[in-house]
Amino acid sequence: MLHFRNGLAALALAAAMLGAQGAAAQGTLRIGMTAADIPLTTGQTDQGGEGMRFMGYTVYDALINWDLSSADKPSVLVPGLATEWAVDPEDNTKWTFRLREGVTFHDGSPLDAETVVWNLDKLLDESAEQYDPRQAAQGKSRIPAVAGYRAVDEHRLEIVTSEPDATLPYQLAWIMISSRANWEAQGKDWEKVAAHPSGTGPWKLETFVPRERAELVPNTDYWDAARVPKLDRLVLIPLPEPNARAAALMSGQVDWIEAPAPDTIPAMKGNGFVISSNALPHNWTWHLSRLEGSPWNDINVRKAANLAIDREAMSALLGGLMIPAAGFVTPGSQWFGTPEFKVTYDIEAARALMAESGFGPDNRLKVKALISPSGSGQMLPLPMNEFIQQSLAEAWIDVEFMVVEWNQMINLWRAGAADAAVEGAQSINFSYFIQDPFTGFIRHLDCNLIAPNGTNWGHYCDDEMQALFDRIKTTFDPAEQDEVLRRTHEKFVNEALFLMVTHDVAPRAMSPRVQGYVQAQNWYQNFSSITMAE
Amino acid sequence: MLPVAFGVSVVCFMLVQIAPGDPLTAIMPVDATAEQQAAMRAAYGLDKPVPVQYLVWVGNLLQGDMGRSIATGRPVAAEVFGAVGNSLLLAATAALIAFPLGSFLGFLAGYFRDTILDRAVTAVSITGVSVPNYWLGIVLVIVFSVRLGWLPSMGAGPGGSQDWHWDWAHVRHLVLPAATLAVVPVGIVARTVRALAGDILSTDFVQALHAKGMSRIDVLHHVARNAAATALSVMGLQLGYLLGGSILIETVFNWPGSGFLLSNAIFQRDLPLLQGTILVLAMFFVGMNLVVDVAQAAIDPRIRRS
Repeated sequence: MLHFRNGLAALALAAAMLGAQGAAAQGTLRIGMTAADIPLTTGQTDQGGEGMRFMGYTVYDALINWDLSSADKPSVLVPGLATEWAVDPEDNTKWTFRLREGVTFHDGSPLDAETVVWNLDKLLDESAEQYDPRQAAQGKSRIPAVAGYRAVDEHRLEIVTSEPDATLPYQLAWIMISSRANWEAQGKDWEKVAAHPSGTGPWKLETFVPRERAELVPNTDYWDAARVPKLDRLVLIPLPEPNARAAALMSGQVDWIEAPAPDTIPAMKGNGFVISSNALPHNWTWHLSRLEGSPWNDINVRKAANLAIDREAMSALLGGLMIPAAGFVTPGSQWFGTPEFKVTYDIEAARALMAESGFGPDNRLKVKALISPSGSGQMLPLPMNEFIQQSLAEAWIDVEFMVVEWNQMINLWRAGAADAAVEGAQSINFSYFIQDPFTGFIRHLDCNLIAPNGTNWGHYCDDEMQALFDRIKTTFDPAEQDEVLRRTHEKFVNEALFLMVTHDVAPRAMSPRVQGYVQAQNWYQNFSSITMAE
Repeated sequence: MLPVAFGVSVVCFMLVQIAPGDPLTAIMPVDATAEQQAAMRAAYGLDKPVPVQYLVWVGNLLQGDMGRSIATGRPVAAEVFGAVGNSLLLAATAALIAFPLGSFLGFLAGYFRDTILDRAVTAVSITGVSVPNYWLGIVLVIVFSVRLGWLPSMGAGPGGSQDWHWDWAHVRHLVLPAATLAVVPVGIVARTVRALAGDILSTDFVQALHAKGMSRIDVLHHVARNAAATALSVMGLQLGYLLGGSILIETVFNWPGSGFLLSNAIFQRDLPLLQGTILVLAMFFVGMNLVVDVAQAAIDPRIRRS
């Protein structure tokens, strides 16, 4: 009898151990990033959207986070380290944020309003002991509205803006909150913090080898139970060369790669790998010079160019990995609205518009465009631009390219159409993030942001558009603000202010062992729901 | 060596200065205002005239400070020497494959000149020199990593280069990049040794050695000694190329060496890192030439006398 009981007890113990193992052992996910280095780990990340995706929203939180839970609808803002926020109805420059209680950093120190103030000083106050030029370089330009801030009490924070600005919540979604106690424990040295960072996010950085790998483990005490990681470990490996990424996936050295080259995708699918993609707030457009004498000042020419491109044919060129533009933002965006001008392919309509403006087969329009052979978010720029060149030629627009390397292209983008360095180019092909009202709308056409003061490359300035931008900034009700954004987008499209071409779909290739991934319509992603099948 | 170092420092500083582009693009969002860009430019000293920037750089260099990478903020010296260490590992392994194999093949071809063996070795060596090694690397990856799954396609070990151990789990990461890197020097060394061996074998002193009744092995020993000085100088140069010229191989295999570092620094216009890496590699090359000169003199008394 004793033997039988002992046997039962042993079986029960073994079953319990197996069960516990089954619950905890959800595997290791190894990701090949496109970045050449591990993104900055101290809080405010570098390496653009990829940096925030892998080292921002994993290790850290913002006061206001992006909702990364759904693949089916555009991503929106949700409470992060702040549970609620409101603008003062009497003084629209004054905002109050209530912080989430009971949140601790990975080092165990508590989150409070003073820590958030300390974080803002880290980016904005050059005299502060914790001011970090590297994080400031990444973060300062993301929160242009912030003019002042203070801790009201332990869990309440006040932020004052330089002028009423209802886009502040979107701006704050950029700002990652790192631990003051950890910075002090690391001798107030950001270099040491880089190897041992501490945020409040769902992942903790355990191992960090610059340029080679970062290993993250779950923060089991994460405040949002839905985002507590199921994996045992997340390994990030910089693999900037597309062929090396593809080979690493197909030889089993990584389980997931970002941005597989389109020509490798059929081979990957043929070998059982899964290609995940979804709408992304990304834009691949031509910006048009609106300086005096530019041919793009003629709305007929702008509309004709938009009607001359067969985007479905271009999609075939990219193996279907693009969303043909129907406007400036993605067709499923909450800000798309109902523009009257339909961005579609209609070469006859394009020619009719060109003829109306005096152009024809014997009087062709010549334009010069800046393009780059590669670059961030550029997809396949050379074949895509050659496709556009051939398409526009059908509408009697002859395009001469000026090809520059991507780093130099960024300089020319910042310099603007009037700068001598662009050598008279009237258009520039650029690709970028359009996730919030500023990056999606304001920065491209605001009169105050004409290059080199900002990235209004074409020197566009229009009173009606400026009034819409002002309304975006002064409409504090999110639903009403969305309505203003829809009106703004309708004007973008109806006046064909850009050559609207395509949106990327953020393709990523992964092993069929990767389970439970939901690709949010966002530049950032949630890795907490993922498990690895045996 | 000092004048060479000065020349190298000027050239590498000016080369990266005249290239279009801006290091700030790597560290600031494109929306950064002109004012914020100006402040950052001043913080990194990029607003100063180029000669002043050069003098500051050289001044710091003389004090052992190579500056900090603009893109990563980490000390350039740590970045460069860490990467050079990884490249040395790769280059030395490739050299260990290439130099004995190239010498053996070259000697065979030289000894059996104008035979089928000679033609076969010549074909192999010309192929080795002519095939783009990054293409060969990709083909080897497809065959041995993707298709056969025998060898890893990237990285310097399962835990990265800082965790390097001399065991199969790590060494297997070295096989494909080192073999790919070895292909060009095999061809060059084989061609050089073939020519040397062929020439020396037809000289009068070799005929005299044969006439004296010396054994074939002893004659070959004399031939090898006579060929060694020139072959050594070629190998020394090749070792320099292996260390500094492996940008494409390190990129294809994601090997964390100086070539990979250089490639990333170029794309990011990371001036301090670029200058530091080029300088260290150039000085290594200069140092290697010096070592080869000394070694040549030690081996060949004719050079010592001259």
